[in-house]
Amino acid sequence: MATVTTTATPAEAGAGSFLRLLAVAIAILVVLALLPGLVDSYQTVLITYGLIMAIAALGFNLLLGYTGLLSFGHSAYFGTGAYTVAFIVRDLGAQSMELCIVGGLVGTLLVSALFGFICVRHTRIFFGILTLALSQVLWSLAFKFFWVTGGTDGIRVAYAKLTLLGGLVDFTGPGSFQRFVFAYYYYVLGLFALATVIMWIIVHSPFGKALQAIRDNETRAAFVGISVRRYRWIAFIISGVFTGLAGILWVPLNGLTTPDVLYWPFSGEIVFMSVLGGFRTFAGPIVGAIAFNYLKTYAVASTEYWQLLVGLVLVILVLALPSGIVGTASRLAARFGKVPS
Amino acid sequence: MTIFIIQVLNSLFYAAALFLIAAGLSLIYGVMRIVNLAHGTLYALGAYVSAWVVGGAVGHAMNGTLGLAGLLLLLPIGAIAIAAVGAAIEPTLLRPLYRRPEEYHLLITFGLLMIIEDAIKILFGGTPLSAGTIMDHMGSIPIGRLLYPMYNLIVVAIGLVAALGLWWFIYRTKFGVILRATSQDRRMAAALGINVGRVYVQAFAIGCFMAGLGGAVVVPAQAAVLGMGIDALVLAFVVVVIGGLGSLEGALVGALIVSLVRTAGIQFFAEIELAVLYLIATAVLLVRPTGLFGRA
Repeated sequence: MATVTTTATPAEAGAGSFLRLLAVAIAILVVLALLPGLVDSYQTVLITYGLIMAIAALGFNLLLGYTGLLSFGHSAYFGTGAYTVAFIVRDLGAQSMELCIVGGLVGTLLVSALFGFICVRHTRIFFGILTLALSQVLWSLAFKFFWVTGGTDGIRVAYAKLTLLGGLVDFTGPGSFQRFVFAYYYYVLGLFALATVIMWIIVHSPFGKALQAIRDNETRAAFVGISVRRYRWIAFIISGVFTGLAGILWVPLNGLTTPDVLYWPFSGEIVFMSVLGGFRTFAGPIVGAIAFNYLKTYAVASTEYWQLLVGLVLVILVLALPSGIVGTASRLAARFGKVPS
Repeated sequence: MTIFIIQVLNSLFYAAALFLIAAGLSLIYGVMRIVNLAHGTLYALGAYVSAWVVGGAVGHAMNGTLGLAGLLLLLPIGAIAIAAVGAAIEPTLLRPLYRRPEEYHLLITFGLLMIIEDAIKILFGGTPLSAGTIMDHMGSIPIGRLLYPMYNLIVVAIGLVAALGLWWFIYRTKFGVILRATSQDRRMAAALGINVGRVYVQAFAIGCFMAGLGGAVVVPAQAAVLGMGIDALVLAFVVVVIGGLGSLEGALVGALIVSLVRTAGIQFFAEIELAVLYLIATAVLLVRPTGLFGRA
């Protein structure tokens, strides 16, 4: 955890600082790769959850941090990924996790393309309400069509039935849960690293710069020839697919998918994560998601009134630390960095 | 035919409660440009406080000393309590944020939602609270061959009175003029000598009062349960989106549409009843983003 915050170098960087960023990123990856040997399996599961949510927040932040659109309905894409995997496993009897991922990604691609097409017609508060309303359509369908979705009982997805890497790794026989935790951690870590690299490339590409131009001044962006609505739509789809991937990876670890992941307070949690880490930075949502996961886990374990605790943290955060963990840390680093010179 | 009349009455009952919640939400947005995600939870808190007060009064009063009228007068205590909560929230938590982007407004009210949700659990416990005594005392009136609870009709009346009262308050009083002036141009209003800070506290407290009143009038008919606020908020959202954020007439028409669709939905297409509501809201947003009665 503490090591991850060191990625808070400003994103705008020259070639020299790019190498430094690369070195820091590789160091973090190595530390994360060594972790399961150092901590017990419960901690490994916690970090896996954290990494999964980090993918979701990373995708969400392409819209909030880089395009300037606050979605209050990202539970829809997380939930679509999760439910698609559950349908594939239950109804098609598929075992390969890769098949589930492909199917889930196609599912979220379709849903986010459709919802995005509708939502990008508006910005600001209307965009937020549209995304919220559409996510609630999915929630109410999952909630009411219980003969398809299991209603509030949800759908079980047993990890023991799944295989990783095209059947190379399976989880039958004794001690299978330990093996699953261990293998699945590396599986998620690999996909997390891949997702982070892809997102980094996206936000630093001309396309990503165009999104930031739209965020900062929509009129000027349109004036230099950016077709604002199409760029927003594409950003929406990418964002949804990333969040969908998180939902896909979340299901086998959780073992169950319920309408709760489609309900709007879950969207609020994704927003919370990004703000906790700091949505003005690239690494912010990653740090925020992992930190939120710990915060929620320990709050739930230590008190019945975990919502109160988490809500207080959010209120204090908004009032006192609006730039989040990473934003505040990099500001402090910049201040102390200047002192010697 | 009897069934039809009863369904119409039911939907009017829902509409009255929904209007109270949505009008508060709309008023707060209209004046302060804040979408209060904690609004539904404040409605739930109002329901709990009212149920608790009425339940306590029934338990402690000697038989017969506290008539029906006394109980009815106790109900608005919930609404007044919520107005007080609102008056405390605005200067402490919301005022520092007006200059920030609206993302922060949503976030802080989302944090408030979580806090109040658990505060309800701490204060009143996990078991549902009911003020059903009032409804039982009221008796029923016959409609055709069936009996209909008198209390529901009272709620419809309260909703109507609240709508008229709010309209009069906003369009016919001096405070209403100040309120509308502040909502149209905050800086100009301040330049004309209006104490904008005080108007904001009052507007937020009135909005919260409406939410609390909504909870208070519902609780004799439906027990207060955990999570009722989160459900109510999304419905209130649908109402204000259809009617237009910040519009009082819109809240009224939106509440009528939503409750009619809900009642029809429960009768004819129960599975997709909620989905239809959200889709209507989406369609309205697409065709007229400012809602049926909203201004740009």
